[in-house]
Amino acid sequence: MASVATPVPIRRRRRRQPKLQRRQTRLGWLLLLPALAAVGFVAVYPLGKTIYQSFTNQEFLAGLTPTKSVGFRNYSDLLHDTLFRNAVWETVKFTLITVAFEFVLGLIIALVVNSSFKGRGVMRAVMLVPWAIPTVVAAQMWKWMLDDVFGVVNDFGTRTHVLSHSHAWISDPSTALASVCAVDIWKTTPFVALLLLAGLQVIPKDLYEAADVDGASKLQQFWKITLPLLRPAILVTLIFRTLDALRVFDVFYVFFGQRTDTQTMAIYDQSTIVGDGHVGDGAAISVAIFLIIFLFVIIYVTVMRVGEE
Amino acid sequence: MKHRALVVLTALAAALALVVSLSVASAGTRHGTAAQSRAATTAPPVPNAKAIKAKYGGQTITFVGDSVGGGHTRDLALATRFTKDTGITVNVTPHPAASDASYSQLVRAFSAKSSSIDVAMIDVVWPGAFAPYLVNLKPKLGAQAKIHSKGIIQNDTVGGKLVAMPWFGDFGMLYYRTDLLKKYGYTSPPKTWSQLFAQAKKIQDGEQKSNSNFYGFVFQGNAYEGLTCDSLEWIASSGGGDFIDNGKVTINNKKAAAILDQMREQIGKITPRGVTSYQETETHTAFIDGNAAFMRNWPYAYSLGEAADSKIKGKFSVAPLPHGSGGHSVATVGGWQLAVSKFSKHQGAAIEFVRYMTSKAVEKFDTITNSNVPTIPSLAKDPAVKKAAPYLKAATANVPRATRPAKFLKGHYNEGSKDIYQGINQILNGSPASSVLPGIQSKLQRLIGK
Repeated sequence: MASVATPVPIRRRRRRQPKLQRRQTRLGWLLLLPALAAVGFVAVYPLGKTIYQSFTNQEFLAGLTPTKSVGFRNYSDLLHDTLFRNAVWETVKFTLITVAFEFVLGLIIALVVNSSFKGRGVMRAVMLVPWAIPTVVAAQMWKWMLDDVFGVVNDFGTRTHVLSHSHAWISDPSTALASVCAVDIWKTTPFVALLLLAGLQVIPKDLYEAADVDGASKLQQFWKITLPLLRPAILVTLIFRTLDALRVFDVFYVFFGQRTDTQTMAIYDQSTIVGDGHVGDGAAISVAIFLIIFLFVIIYVTVMRVGEE
Repeated sequence: MKHRALVVLTALAAALALVVSLSVASAGTRHGTAAQSRAATTAPPVPNAKAIKAKYGGQTITFVGDSVGGGHTRDLALATRFTKDTGITVNVTPHPAASDASYSQLVRAFSAKSSSIDVAMIDVVWPGAFAPYLVNLKPKLGAQAKIHSKGIIQNDTVGGKLVAMPWFGDFGMLYYRTDLLKKYGYTSPPKTWSQLFAQAKKIQDGEQKSNSNFYGFVFQGNAYEGLTCDSLEWIASSGGGDFIDNGKVTINNKKAAAILDQMREQIGKITPRGVTSYQETETHTAFIDGNAAFMRNWPYAYSLGEAADSKIKGKFSVAPLPHGSGGHSVATVGGWQLAVSKFSKHQGAAIEFVRYMTSKAVEKFDTITNSNVPTIPSLAKDPAVKKAAPYLKAATANVPRATRPAKFLKGHYNEGSKDIYQGINQILNGSPASSVLPGIQSKLQRLIGK
């Protein structure tokens, strides 16, 4: 691009291009139109409406109070809302714990199933089973397994003397978060492994052959070849998992219902809108969740870009 | 080749996952099938069926009905009979078992002006909030309303309009194991909460030697509407008021804090630690499997205890709930109504269905097969009803009622109740009452001040 230096060809190009380019631009926009309309309909419009509603006192059952604009009141209420603050903190803790574990375990599993051994195809399929079970079903299954009276976990633990007595993993606030994290890690690690495996498979094999010839150890190969070349896959995986974890609803809902000490942002939002019928307050919470998730994305992208340079 | 093998294996994994899902789903319905066999007692015929058929035959209505105990089986039996007699097809959809979730479902339907629900099951505390969305039943069902209890009709009348018809009543009771009380030397069920704790402890200590799953007392401790009902009984029976009294929020008082702290100390001692996540189903499952000495529950559980697959058939009875020192026993008023949505496209057919469902014959059928409390007082004298529902005897049925504060919270009832049950659940899970009650107090004050 920079090599086109003389003014004459530029002028010629400018004159010649408009017709062709205009036609192509028009065609381009025409082809984009359905996609843009779809994005506008499913993303821009709902988001815009949510932001608009967050400045009103709208109620689900209209008629209780007429809807009017309330300025920033929903947001200032939110700043003093201890339940919301607690929900944000619980969600962030859950996200950090699960994403960290899922990433490390997922990477190990991906490396294992990427190496060639007998029965690799079977292994790759079998590891997906937890991920293939619908979350609500898996959560209910674990809820029963962790039950303090009939749960198989306590039964096994006390029989083998790993546990001194039956423990109410879910009801006891001190182990509630840990148990829900464990279930999420069990369920989502296969998905992380799958994404990372896809990244591992595009790394050219000859790089490793060259490294072998140069006498690099397996560990050196991992740090110098695998990890740097896996960076794009890692970024996608982490963003995917973090966003997913930040908007978690199902496992918590099955495990804890409306309990406050283990409420996530999404559950608090749902209970405000659907349970209490406060659409305005709920919209403000939704916008706040949007901003928090946005913040995480910015952090990831910046960190990764800095790493690249 | 390799790819095809992978696809096949992935499909196998998915199939395995599906099997797991289905087996989990079916594990939860064990007691549902037991109820099925019991409801075999035939549903009563629809009176005046020919005229109804001529007018509305061929129409289809949707009924959002019961899901607790044998409720759904009963609904299906009655709907099938109604369809057979009148030619009106009734789609029966069970509502969420937690009544606050069921409230939310109706809020969504009404706010969307949805015609997808024709007949809905309405909790005794909802008529005020839903009145604008319900059909006035007075013109067509006014005469039938006269045979129902006056107090409930009053509750279901909002601004002169009869927005719902009483279907069955509910009140909290103490279920106890007669055989175990005798075995451990007790001649009567506990009168006070401290007596309950002591008896439960002694029986549990003895029974756990042979059954490690055995606990003294089970109740509804999950953070949901049921805990509002249970905790109202604890507090009101200890002289701590009804959450809101005479328009003033009273929940933050010493007597309430004392009984709540006592309850908290019993969690994990005479109850399973997990009782703070129990709803009705978990509670009655523990009791009818013979794993609890005492249970707080509604009358519906009586028929489950007497069912063929119950392990405690003939070994239990009911009594009024205990009370605190200086208080007297109370029972929280529950109960369900049937209402017709204003947005229904088949209101005529829907009203005929409600007429049938709230008739004397159907209420008798429901009481006998499902041990629900009839809302028609004259039924209590019926010998067949007396036999099937011994809890209708004066000792349990005439206990003073405690009412949830719906008339003060009005349209904010669901939110206020949530503040209550979330707070109480927090106490049961380990927080001292004195640190939680002031917060509930101020939230309720804001709601009734609005």
